[in-house]
Amino acid sequence: MREIKTDAIIDAVRQIAMEAATDLGEDVLAAIENAKKVEESPVGIDILNQIKENARIAATEKAPMCQDTGFAVLFVELGQDVRIVGGDFCEALNEGIRRGYKDGYLRKSVLGDPIERKNTGDNTPAIIHTEIVPGDKLKVTIAPKGGGSENMSEVKMLKPSDGIEGVKEFVVDKVLRSGGNPCPPVVIGVGIGGTFEKCAWLAKKALLRKLGQRHPNKFYADLEVELLEEINKLGIGPQGLGGRTTALDVHVEVFPCHIASLPAAVNTQCHAARHKEIVL
Amino acid sequence: MAEKKRITAPLTDEVVQDLKIGDNVLISGTIYTARDAAHKRLVELVDKGEQLPFDVKGQIIYFVGPTPAKPGEVIGSAGPTTSYRMNIYTPRLIAVGQKGMIGKGEMGPEVVAAMKKHKAVYLSAVGGAGALISRAITASEIVAYEDLGAEAIRKLTVKDFPVIVALDCHGGNLYSEGIAKYGVK
Repeated sequence: MREIKTDAIIDAVRQIAMEAATDLGEDVLAAIENAKKVEESPVGIDILNQIKENARIAATEKAPMCQDTGFAVLFVELGQDVRIVGGDFCEALNEGIRRGYKDGYLRKSVLGDPIERKNTGDNTPAIIHTEIVPGDKLKVTIAPKGGGSENMSEVKMLKPSDGIEGVKEFVVDKVLRSGGNPCPPVVIGVGIGGTFEKCAWLAKKALLRKLGQRHPNKFYADLEVELLEEINKLGIGPQGLGGRTTALDVHVEVFPCHIASLPAAVNTQCHAARHKEIVL
Repeated sequence: MAEKKRITAPLTDEVVQDLKIGDNVLISGTIYTARDAAHKRLVELVDKGEQLPFDVKGQIIYFVGPTPAKPGEVIGSAGPTTSYRMNIYTPRLIAVGQKGMIGKGEMGPEVVAAMKKHKAVYLSAVGGAGALISRAITASEIVAYEDLGAEAIRKLTVKDFPVIVALDCHGGNLYSEGIAKYGVK
């Protein structure tokens, strides 16, 4: 058994929480650059330029690219040959978030109770998705999720007879109904299959993939391309003010499902598609 | 890029009526911040006929909850939040004198009706460009509801704050016009 101390986990999570807020990935910057080449709306081009300039300022000044520094969603892959020592594992992850959001001057956007609506003051608790995997490493990926785009997400329990056409219609219609609300150009994560909650998880997990990287299965890779084309025909454009660039990419993840079911989920991600990972 | 219109806040009816959808506008002057929780409190005061913590007449309200300022900074990152959540509150404030809103995403028909009736304008800032936008904010002071943290009402002094007219007081709607122009059937 390899031992990993909770102190090391706290430091690692603090670091990626701060970096995710200020450093936009190269893949997203490249996608915005590509979008500028196809965008025809002058307002749209102006907005894409502002998004690029904003990313430059954020990275050089270590300022959050967006004021909504999100709910801290953590995807954890814990090697089965790892033993965590020095304290509670989940508390270590939360302590890392607590320190990162304080030291990085990030916004605290988490309420302790959804109805009472009082801020916890430190952006905890994080949302923690843990998978036990072979090996002796610990990988933590943070995907801070803004409220504006998360609100434009949905799970739909389709009928098996709805088939692939039903899935496409649901996804494109969801993007149309979302309009300018989620800060387009967006990235669309699509989950197909599993159960109700697994499907939503797949859609979120799909957002972690690098932009431009296609699903390994050709059928779903083609579906991603087709959905992206259909979405960009909607005309919503940057910030919903009209244009050719409504989505930067569409990622699909699938899982086996029940004979009675065809669950589909859309998790919408704004252009501030932030994520950072660290391996211990 | 088309020529930019410069306006000074607070606004008059004449300035509002001159703004048309698609206009690129630079705002200088004073604006106030409020989002979900602050709007709820403001409208509760209006309902009770009590005085608001600031004079809303002519004002632009910016839907924003900024990040904490680092030492030496005026404000942290300060981009717009999604506006439709304020649909239920904004018409009430327009009725008592509010003249403008800054946010992102379309606002509802109830807001548009109030904008036409009382002459108000809806301005879109670039969502997710909070680091860039905060450069246009030269002073920030909490004037009410400090207990709400990021959601407190702040009085901001702005210089050349960049927005686009998305809904105007004449019924113009840049969202539906954009889809009509760029949508492919």
